[in-house]
Amino acid sequence: MLYREAGQFKVSYAKDQQIFPIRQDRIAVLALVAVAFLVVPFVGNQYWLSAIFIPFLIFSLAALGLNILTGYAGQLSLGTAAFMAVGAFASYNFMLRVPGMPILLAFAGGGTVAALVGILFGLPSLRIRGFYLVVATLAAQFFILWFLTKVGWITNYSSSGVITAQQIVILGYVFDTATSKYLLVLGIVAVMALAAKNMARGNVGRSWMAVRDMDVAAEVIGIRLMRAKLLAFAVSSFYCGVAGALFAYAYLGTVEPEAFSLDLSFRILFMVILGGVGTVLGSFLGAAFVTLVPVLLSVTVRFLDSNLNLHIAESAISNLELMVFGSLIIFFLIVEPHGLARLWQIAKEKLRLWPFPH
Amino acid sequence: MSFFFEVLIGGLLSGVMYSLVALGFVLIYKASGVFNFAQGAMVFFAALTYVGLLEHGLSPWLSIPATLVVMIVLGLVTERVVLRPLVNQPQITLFMATIGLAFFIEGLAQLVWGANVRGLELGLQDEPMQWLTDTTGMNVSKFDLVAAGVAALLVTALALFFSRTRIGRALRAVADDHQAALAVGIPLQQIWAIVWAVAGAVALVAGLLWGARNGVQFALTFVALKALPVLILGGFDSIPGAIVGGLIIGASEKLAEVYLGPFVGGGIEGWFSYVFALTFLLFRPEGLFGEKHIDRV
Amino acid sequence: MTTKQMSAAGPSQGANSSPSGGSAAAELNNEVASVGARIGDPVLKLDNISLSFGGVKALSDISFDVREHEIRAIIGPNGAGKSSMLNVINGVYRPQKGTITFRGAVRRDMDPHDAAAHGIARTFQNIALFRGMSVLDNIMTGRNLKMHASFLEQAIWVGRARREELENRAKVEEVIDFLEIQHIRKTPVGRLPYGLQKRVELARALAAEPTMLLLDEPMAGMNVEEKQDMCRFVLDVNEQYGTTIVLIEHDMGVVMDISDRVVVLDYGKKIGDGPPDEIRSNQAVIDAYLGVAH
Repeated sequence: MLYREAGQFKVSYAKDQQIFPIRQDRIAVLALVAVAFLVVPFVGNQYWLSAIFIPFLIFSLAALGLNILTGYAGQLSLGTAAFMAVGAFASYNFMLRVPGMPILLAFAGGGTVAALVGILFGLPSLRIRGFYLVVATLAAQFFILWFLTKVGWITNYSSSGVITAQQIVILGYVFDTATSKYLLVLGIVAVMALAAKNMARGNVGRSWMAVRDMDVAAEVIGIRLMRAKLLAFAVSSFYCGVAGALFAYAYLGTVEPEAFSLDLSFRILFMVILGGVGTVLGSFLGAAFVTLVPVLLSVTVRFLDSNLNLHIAESAISNLELMVFGSLIIFFLIVEPHGLARLWQIAKEKLRLWPFPH
Repeated sequence: MSFFFEVLIGGLLSGVMYSLVALGFVLIYKASGVFNFAQGAMVFFAALTYVGLLEHGLSPWLSIPATLVVMIVLGLVTERVVLRPLVNQPQITLFMATIGLAFFIEGLAQLVWGANVRGLELGLQDEPMQWLTDTTGMNVSKFDLVAAGVAALLVTALALFFSRTRIGRALRAVADDHQAALAVGIPLQQIWAIVWAVAGAVALVAGLLWGARNGVQFALTFVALKALPVLILGGFDSIPGAIVGGLIIGASEKLAEVYLGPFVGGGIEGWFSYVFALTFLLFRPEGLFGEKHIDRV
Repeated sequence: MTTKQMSAAGPSQGANSSPSGGSAAAELNNEVASVGARIGDPVLKLDNISLSFGGVKALSDISFDVREHEIRAIIGPNGAGKSSMLNVINGVYRPQKGTITFRGAVRRDMDPHDAAAHGIARTFQNIALFRGMSVLDNIMTGRNLKMHASFLEQAIWVGRARREELENRAKVEEVIDFLEIQHIRKTPVGRLPYGLQKRVELARALAAEPTMLLLDEPMAGMNVEEKQDMCRFVLDVNEQYGTTIVLIEHDMGVVMDISDRVVVLDYGKKIGDGPPDEIRSNQAVIDAYLGVAH
């Protein structure tokens, strides 16, 4: 009843190509965005904002970056965390060494440096195909982290290796509360997500997907493989770089290499796989899922503990987490390889028919 | 000069250890076309099960067969639950499934046996061979030599198995094309069960040796990642290649750390092998033993 | 009279009111004269092309030319090297010996991007569509070289990027109308039956507004009706847009009917070259390929 397209005729190509062609979708999304911007800051408590929403948004951005590379351009990457680290450290250096640097520009600068590094490590993709490319991204992951620790200039010769991130000040306003940081991150992520969606539905997105699906045919219709692949690496790394900067500045408060380990790369890869490879929505769904599962697990454990007196050790929880993620990945790959985004699509198709069965 | 040889031999022998892990990868890849990211986790699981059983009072002579059984069961269950539903999916999907498997096994291992670091005694000392030190002034560990011997034995046995036996041929067919193999009547499930069981056994051997060397700890799972450069050099489906690749990676890594390390502040070992493999791929995208890939359009 | 000659002598009055844009109008004015005058000078010349893969000789010393606006068929038994020949023209393979002269420029080999930029488009024997995308998106990729907005402009989706997207969408819709695939434009190509996939691949090639079209067995696996449709499309493309067509095909009826000239390959060597009637009676060709009627 509710979700019917009847009567919604697209009378122009522009109308047909909008991001949300169905009116109900548009309303829903606008409502969601309104809630995110206007309601959550006032209603949400500090814990949820700083420990759940902010990392969720930041990881969505990183997942978006990885999705551009792996999902749209088909280049598997295990180096996401390293590119995030580049973004964080570069932003830090911009803020440190350029007097009066606006912090948003520093974030963009961090992203740009990450993009350049991404292009460098993406060069092998021109010779190496498919699975072997994992090595290039692993090399990036290990080498970059080593580099960031070894080169003293980058960490401003800090003895402990842990640097405190500068405060976020925009136009005199200090972003130090969870609410203000949340809104800042939300704004940045919303803008970048929109940009990603536009690129995905535009010519550049199509050329990426063409390279992913059949690069010989892509070449034959005139797509320059080198340009498409390197652009994918650049844009993806830019997104990861900005995510890394936000991770350091708006979540951790410190800029340290250990936060960007291989473990984080895997985590983001899980978000992309579970959420849906090659979709913008999937990045968000995957990030939400991976961020929430540990929370759910600890809640369940506490429930079992207090109500059923089933005591499970703290250490066991992290192991359970690994097992849950591992089995979920396998489960999704078997049942729905296109992830949560596809499940969402199927749900919408069912909703179109509801309450009729077919 | 003898120092150089000492480092070189030390590197070669540590390379042998990498080869042992790589061997497990090659087995599974040769037989099912799957790059089993969970191999490292399996090595870890094997080592942990062995020491766990020891801690519970079993003698080593019972522990080893018991662990072997556990590994075989693990292999069989993996085949049934993870691989069978994913028959004929693209390689990347299978790879991601094994990533999930790796995490699952790691969590399971630590859940069952606890996460403390443990030592593993095999009765082999990590001491230099006395007469070698006396004659050439080089320190070469007994342990490493025994490990090398074990690896050589395994490789020969497996190489013969694949090239001479009927099952070996069936395995190669399966690795090439699942559906075609099914179409000619090769019992896919049985073959995979055999292979994963054998890989489990290899993981046990690797786990015992690695555990004795470095202690049984979570970091063992990352050995799996080190095997990737080894496989790239040696080829994903070449058994002798796993040894050659392992030797090259082990030697180059050690040499780089000792001779290049001091110039850049040390710690090269963490990334050198990957960069090395990467550079190698740029010149020979198919690896040392791989086949050149021709697209038929 | 063959089908081809019948449709060629068709209404010239309708030429000026044709909805298709661009160079088509100019071509049609030239076509009004006569069928024979339509075919122009050689636009593509292959001289002594030899191609091998390791020890396998795919092509040995092949020379022939293709004239502008003609339909040139390449026929021969399986494994004769026909697809390899197209791949050489297109730049997917680089020949070890020989030269390719395209529009006057002599080259040792073609670069795929150059070929596309110079107006060569093609379809493949085993359909090379992008399975992850819908029909519309696949055809839009064919317009890739006509879109110049940078990725940044596309990210913001204003001005040139938006305009280009809509303009090219309109052009693509023309191709969709021409090939009658409106009903499947949003379907992911993986879900389509084989015959429709072939048509979508042709649409993608046409979307680039090519001056030369290389078709690799466009009618393989089709029944009689589908073949008739495909033939009609190929002929329409040749007549309406003046596109030169190089066609690999096994169906002799189709080849004899619609092609202007035929090249016959066997084991990588050329064994025949000329109009269909000449080929039909060439003994070497009959022995190798056509067989004898009982």
